Amino acid sequence: MSVATKTDKIQRLAELTATKETSTGASLWREAFRRLKSSKMAIIGAVIIAVFVVIAVVGPYLTPYAPTAQTWRGEVFPNQGKFVGPRGENWFGLDHLGRDMFSRMLVGARQTLLVGVVSTLIGLVAGFLIGGLSGAAATLGGEAGKRVDSVIMRFIDMMLALPSLLLAVSVAAVMGQSLTTVMIAVGVVQVPVFARLLRGSMLAQGGADYVLAAQSLGVRKRRIVTSQIVPNSLSPVIVQATLSLATAIIEAAALSYLGLGNPDPAIPEWGVMLAQAQRFFDNAPMMAVYPAVGIIITALGFTLLGEAMREALDPKLRG
Amino acid sequence: MSLLELDGVKVHFPIKKGVLVDRTVGHVYAVDGVSLKVEAGETYGLVGESGCGKTTLGRSVLRLVDITEGSVVLDGTDLAKLPGEEMRRFRRRLQMVFQDPLGSLNPRQNIESILSEGMIAHGIGKDQEERREKIKAILDKVGLPSNALARYPHEFSGGQRQRIGIARALVLEPDVIICDEPVSALDVSVQAQVINLLEELQKELGLTYLVIAHDLAVVRHISDTIGVMYLGSLVEEAPSDALYAEPKHPYTKALMSAVPVPDPEVEDKRERILLTGDLPSPANPPSGCRFHTRCPWAQAERCATERPQLRDIGGGHRVACHYAEDIASGKLSLTKGEVVSATREGVEDNPEPDDPETGTSAEDTPAKIPAQAEKTAKDEKPAEASEEPEKAV
Ligand SMILES: Nc1ncnc2c1ncn2[C@@H]1O[C@H](COP(=O)(O)OP(=O)(O)OP(=O)(O)O)[C@@H](O)[C@H]1O
Ligand code: SF4
Ligand SMILES: [Mg+2]
Repeated sequence: MSVATKTDKIQRLAELTATKETSTGASLWREAFRRLKSSKMAIIGAVIIAVFVVIAVVGPYLTPYAPTAQTWRGEVFPNQGKFVGPRGENWFGLDHLGRDMFSRMLVGARQTLLVGVVSTLIGLVAGFLIGGLSGAAATLGGEAGKRVDSVIMRFIDMMLALPSLLLAVSVAAVMGQSLTTVMIAVGVVQVPVFARLLRGSMLAQGGADYVLAAQSLGVRKRRIVTSQIVPNSLSPVIVQATLSLATAIIEAAALSYLGLGNPDPAIPEWGVMLAQAQRFFDNAPMMAVYPAVGIIITALGFTLLGEAMREALDPKLRG
Repeated sequence: MSLLELDGVKVHFPIKKGVLVDRTVGHVYAVDGVSLKVEAGETYGLVGESGCGKTTLGRSVLRLVDITEGSVVLDGTDLAKLPGEEMRRFRRRLQMVFQDPLGSLNPRQNIESILSEGMIAHGIGKDQEERREKIKAILDKVGLPSNALARYPHEFSGGQRQRIGIARALVLEPDVIICDEPVSALDVSVQAQVINLLEELQKELGLTYLVIAHDLAVVRHISDTIGVMYLGSLVEEAPSDALYAEPKHPYTKALMSAVPVPDPEVEDKRERILLTGDLPSPANPPSGCRFHTRCPWAQAERCATERPQLRDIGGGHRVACHYAEDIASGKLSLTKGEVVSATREGVEDNPEPDDPETGTSAEDTPAKIPAQAEKTAKDEKPAEASEEPEKAV
């Protein structure tokens, strides 16, 4: 995705809050929710997410075997081209070290959810602070504020222009190999997206009459930002957060695949599992298929719900 | 001394261009030297075509836009010079009612929260309980049920929303309320109710109003004094009745000639002054008299070079025209434009389908300044108010 379309997309999402329909605030969401309920995309997305979250939360307690247990040492020998496929005791078969794939997938689900949520939160919180500051400066800070805003935005645009994986790899390279690294690296990539989105949305709200009304009431600027502008600027941010969960999961998997993920075998992660499976792809393709399908399906779930939410909120996309 | 005095107020918006560094390439002279006085307990009506700077002037009084030059003195304090925090506290005494009732209410706040906001900002009431009592009393005054407290703006009709806007201003017990086209977004049937409410509140609470409108009938009905604006400055100011009886400035004459007269005999003889040319851009106002490009009486030289100041010409009229007396006495004749019979076929001056023969009073007839007739028609359409009739409360 080129920088221009990326920026345009963020801008469009930000503008949604400024559309006429928003003036009926609460009913906008009610209306959007009604649309969501009748959208197949949203329902499929929500079901996938629900199943994934349940698996991620309770799954690790239900594993038939410990993810590191190599009880079947006799059956599988490292790198000898012999693998145990799915069978009664091991639904997904064994991996190259004789560990139960099903158990590892369950534990991995939690890791994947954790990476997705934490890195999105990192991006959300940092982006929220930067975008909020920028938006507040631009809307209520006068001339000086506009200058602060444009400096911040140039910086954000620079970050946005860097290919996200490159940015993530550079962060990971600096911080070394661990799960935290992956989460931070993926989170950093989301920062400019959230910052630009919130700022754009706040700018759209900044000119609204109710903001002017609050000013004329003598409400303090800080309170106008926190109690008037920001709450009305959140809808696109919520949509973006849903979409970001999908991106984060894929990007985290990509980083793990590139060898930057958590090397600890006790807490398998789908991306790492995928990377390890690569060596045995010729003999045991299923070892790669399980984590790959897991990643694809969960990312799909978040994307479906996010896109459906975006459509439900966007009057231009409504039929 | 008057309660509110504006002296030489100018608001110029810079026009910026440039990619990296903004360059100022010019200014929009939205308000360009307005001086007026509003007496305590009275209503000052401000009329003028769209874009002449009425809203900007109203906002400058509250310092919602930066004042480029001039002073706004409320009760002896020059607001233009107040530092930010003091200005914020001063806003309690100056409140505003907005044109778009829905847009001026935060959709995510319920009525109690909307009405509390200002009180909290000014430390009125020691707890929410006390504030709620006060809000209930004000809601009652503006004719809203007290069960409105927990509801949200979209649950009300247009007229009710404007009542909420008025209540929001009232809870702060202001001295002056600036009403920027308080009824132009409302359904015609509701307009009168809101105007009457404003009048009652004024009587009861001794409020002072600065009412901005393009609807001459509305302004005449409630104003003691009327100021007519053209391209950022006042061209005429007079007591309401005097202005309607005999407008002195050519621009006011043209505006008034479009308003039907209730007396059918007078109405039959009414003449309509048709202005030529378009409204010039406030970014590039004409030299000399701002009105000379369209003035039917414009004289060579002086009108195009010397800017007329607002001066007292007797009868309570202050007029910014070099030739006001000569025009009044009929010494000068038209140099351009056209005077036609208002009742002539094809001269459509009143968008409302009402018949002057029936003797409808001008007060009830929302006569529009011709240049605004179209805009107003557009404005009224999206207002949800027109769909649901005002629920009587
Ligand atoms: N923030 C701004 N920046 C630049 N120009 C502005 C700004 N606000 C208003 N203007 C310009 O100033 C002029 C006066 O605008 P204003 O809104 O005061 O007119 P108005 O008399 O209230 O018109 P209307 O009847 O349409 O409300 C217009 O030409 C407008 O485009
Ligand atoms: S000064 Fe001249 S142009 Fe201006 S209103 Fe008077 S006659 Fe017309
Ligand atoms: Mg206006």
